[in-house]
Amino acid sequence: MDTVLQTRNLGKRFGRRWAVSGLDLLVRRGDVFGFLGPNGAGKSTTIRMLLSLIRPTTGAVELFGKPLPGNRSEILRRVGGLVEGADFYLYLSARRNLEIVAGLSGGVPRGEIDRVLDLAGLAGRSEDRVKTYSHGMKQRLGIAQALLGAPEFIVLDEPTTGLDPQGIKEVRDLIGRLSREEGMTVFLSSHLLHEIEQTASSMAIINRGTLVMQGRVSDILNQAEVGVRIEAEQPERAAEVVAALPYARAVMRENSVVSATLPRERLAEVNRLLVGLEIGVRAFVPKRSLEDYFLEITEGASDVAPRSRQRWRKES
Amino acid sequence: MPTLFRGEVVKTYFRWRSYIAFIAIAVVVPLVLIAMKLNTEAMARNVTRGLSQDFLFVGNILNGYFVTYLLMNALWIHVPFLLTLGAGDQLAGEATAGTFRILLTRPASRSRILAAKYLTTLLYTFTVVAFLVILSVGLGLLLFGGGVLLVPAKVLTIIPAGEAPWRMLLACLLATWGMWTVASLAFFFSSLVDNALGPILGTMAVIIVFYVIAGIPVDLFRAVRPYLFTTYLDIWQKALESPIPWGEALTSGAVLGATSVGLYALTWYVFVRKDILS
Repeated sequence: MDTVLQTRNLGKRFGRRWAVSGLDLLVRRGDVFGFLGPNGAGKSTTIRMLLSLIRPTTGAVELFGKPLPGNRSEILRRVGGLVEGADFYLYLSARRNLEIVAGLSGGVPRGEIDRVLDLAGLAGRSEDRVKTYSHGMKQRLGIAQALLGAPEFIVLDEPTTGLDPQGIKEVRDLIGRLSREEGMTVFLSSHLLHEIEQTASSMAIINRGTLVMQGRVSDILNQAEVGVRIEAEQPERAAEVVAALPYARAVMRENSVVSATLPRERLAEVNRLLVGLEIGVRAFVPKRSLEDYFLEITEGASDVAPRSRQRWRKES
Repeated sequence: MPTLFRGEVVKTYFRWRSYIAFIAIAVVVPLVLIAMKLNTEAMARNVTRGLSQDFLFVGNILNGYFVTYLLMNALWIHVPFLLTLGAGDQLAGEATAGTFRILLTRPASRSRILAAKYLTTLLYTFTVVAFLVILSVGLGLLLFGGGVLLVPAKVLTIIPAGEAPWRMLLACLLATWGMWTVASLAFFFSSLVDNALGPILGTMAVIIVFYVIAGIPVDLFRAVRPYLFTTYLDIWQKALESPIPWGEALTSGAVLGATSVGLYALTWYVFVRKDILS
């Protein structure tokens, strides 16, 4: 499969703070690529670098095998983007807004504006000023402008933010359609794991500006370490035994419940070990959800000092 | 390029903020002219005071051309302010609205977008100045009629009635040329910040400070005068001298033009490198 996007050692420093560092991403043609991270993890900074809004401090962005910013115009002709919410010229109609955007792309075929307005379900309101639009409509218009000119690759930064459940479902369906029917490669950022789980085929997790992991969603779901809840008759002893295992992390005991993070393939082994030591195991429950895993690897995000956390928020 | 320019023109002229300048002029000009009309006698006496001993004035001195001259002379600090409302918003306004994100993620290069925006700024400046001159001359001719244009500047210049229209046109074009430098300054400041207020205040501060420096009769400041672009903003008055001092007009025009080009180059340098965080 050919590569649509590749970044190498991508980094951006604002003052003394690295918003993103050493980021290596790989997006293949046809992927719906989920870019997951908590608020302030550096998702938007990364996306802004992919779309040439900001200049990387280190590393390089390559799209369609060509380096940015050198081939900026040629590359961006094949890319559509929606960065951090859809802002438009509020005093102009949706159609005029799209005409201006189309002009920046060197013009689009006749009927293209109607096509994307229709896709976004805004055909009936196209002559109204964007000022009169609801948040959801603006968001849909944002996606519509990203689709203008039938790009091969679209980058959507938190496209479902602020939408109601119906709107979220519509956006997800649209992303699915674009991927399946139009063969578009989609780069989708989110701070919600279940959103990525439901829409993406591969994913990367970013935290504090660095890549935590990257791969196919199904692989990550299966390979990940698992949080396990163990109810034992001798909880102190059980906790000691588990804590002594080199691969066990985050071992804690609360009354008769021991919790630990273990590699998936070691679960049976740990269970056998406890039983073999004649520790009565009443329950051995793996928490399968990637959500816990995501929360766990990103929980450090709340450890940062209040001042820098504020700056993270602002940036995200 | 034409499509980019058209887009910028649509953005500028569909926004009501752009019409503040026109509205202000449309209010001030008739007010002043009507006030003059109500006091024609006193006005005429005022203008010719000190001269009436040496000259015998015959005919319509206080005419459409003359009141335009008076207005342009009086509004020379106010028009830049009105212009900065539009010019200062060109780049900073996009930052405030967050629309840089849809503007600069498109194939069109930042250099071309900047050029389209600058051309739009120049067009806007021209329309504001032209509106002032056309409204003033038109309404002036209607209220006071035409006649010989009397310019009581350093020397008293008398321009024949037949020559007055094209002299006014030339004055309008030269005034635009000068205001383009003011607009370029606001445009430059607009590239530095993410809100439109900064460029407006910055431009006005520079102009006022330059005027103050130029106005202080100290040798040091006098020596600085030739290097301040504000010194040359009276370029339009050259069109109303007889004969027209083409040499001086050319010098002033060259300094103003060079300042505009320099400011544009600076804006370009800032803008193509700017990280868009808005």
